[in-house]
Amino acid sequence: MTEKDVIIIGGGPAGLCAAKILADQAVSVLLIDRDHHLGGQLIKQTHKFFGSEKQYAKNRGFEIAEILIKDIRDKPNVTTLLGATVAGVYHDHVISAVKDEKYLKYRAKAFIIATGASEKALAFENNDLPGIYGAGAIQTLMNLYGIIPEDEVLMVGSGNIGLIVSYQLLQAGVKVKGIIEALPVIGGYKVHATKLKRLGVPFYMQHTVKRAIGKETLEAVEIVRLTDDFKEIAAETKIIKTKALCIAVGLSPSSQLLGMMDVAMKYVKELGGLVPVLNETNQTSDPHIFACGDVSGIEEASAAMMNGYIAGLGALKQLGRAHPRHDELLHMYHHELELLRHSSYGEKTLAGLKKLGGGPYAN
Amino acid sequence: MLIKTGVPTKEMVAEKFPSEEALKKPKAILECYEAIPCNPCATSCPFGAIVIEDGMTSIPSLLAEKCTGCGQCVVACPGLAITVAQIVNHKVLFKIPYEFTPYPRKGEIWKGLNRRGEIICEAEIQNVIANINAKTALVTVIIDRVHLYDFATIKQL
Repeated sequence: MTEKDVIIIGGGPAGLCAAKILADQAVSVLLIDRDHHLGGQLIKQTHKFFGSEKQYAKNRGFEIAEILIKDIRDKPNVTTLLGATVAGVYHDHVISAVKDEKYLKYRAKAFIIATGASEKALAFENNDLPGIYGAGAIQTLMNLYGIIPEDEVLMVGSGNIGLIVSYQLLQAGVKVKGIIEALPVIGGYKVHATKLKRLGVPFYMQHTVKRAIGKETLEAVEIVRLTDDFKEIAAETKIIKTKALCIAVGLSPSSQLLGMMDVAMKYVKELGGLVPVLNETNQTSDPHIFACGDVSGIEEASAAMMNGYIAGLGALKQLGRAHPRHDELLHMYHHELELLRHSSYGEKTLAGLKKLGGGPYAN
Repeated sequence: MLIKTGVPTKEMVAEKFPSEEALKKPKAILECYEAIPCNPCATSCPFGAIVIEDGMTSIPSLLAEKCTGCGQCVVACPGLAITVAQIVNHKVLFKIPYEFTPYPRKGEIWKGLNRRGEIICEAEIQNVIANINAKTALVTVIIDRVHLYDFATIKQL
């Protein structure tokens, strides 16, 4: 069994920033990711990021991943384990990870869980037809492997992911047949919506997918108009021919490992689902376990980075090796989070955190 | 309107433009309608011409007299929401961000689109700067002045 001071599970923006804080201190760190590369969802993001310089704003997502990876790559105290899935977590602070069909065992004094989120699905007739994708799959195909899914795609969901992936599809030369949205208002940043609109992409507001049509693969999609209280108006349907449908209807925290760890959790709709209760250093009810990023509530990557730094600071303190600038940095990262949440989009997160309780949000 | 259709109203657009007198020199049009926490426009401006109150949580405003129309903010804005406009007699020169390949080439005639994606005019490509700030090209086009408040982007036909 290998022993480490801190094990970070998940190498996306949150996990990488946690590692970055720890990398400069005299602690041993193991960063595990089930994928074969670090960066999480950042590596598929070809758009420029919002925020400020502290979140590397105006760099593209994949460039931010490169910056963060470079910061920890040559640190002798940080080891990475890629292509490994953490499958078991035990009460004596031991975890087992599966790599190359072998179980590897590790023990650590502190754990940082940064496992991110998974995509929500949408239930409709024939939703298993080939040609129906999640937005993450399309981004992986297109932006990681350079493969376009089809020459035309219909998007479901006008949140930031739906809007950004639609723009990326256009950049790849794919026709975007339209964007379907159940709500009467566009969910994501309006600047993303205006970019699509000025290129002629139609928005079907207050619509949802009724059924997918096709024999062996997707040929068309029937959409139906919704009332303000989301009831289908049977007489108002429309058939849109398309070879691919992309589902981008939101994310839910991948909190299964935290569930195994018996930490206090709550279902908070505003945060995307089941999330851990955290204190001001992102510490769970088990003092050895910290959480950051989408697993502790769905937000933008910029907020995940700030929470990663905070969890790193928390883990150092738990080890009795508090960062020399602990108070100052903690205050700074919380201030950045406050700024990032200071918008109509942040209100939902703030409401969720208030419901969740704990940490600096208890009041 | 904007939140339902992705298209700002004429009034919303007009408010973002400096006076036509001021536009005899090139000025940035900050078409940012929504306060999202973001500030690369302000931090990229070499002349301190873009102000965001509270650092990054409000909508940016332009100090038109300080703006030289250099276009740094056009390629810095993550929302591709900034252009530079200059009125020259009966024409307007627009500097716009462009992120599709192939890039236009100087001298070509492309189509000008409005904010709904409808073709409204011809757009003569006057200049293309392809390599500043990570892959967003800065394209200068010339269009008829009557389209000043309608022109949004270009498309090759």
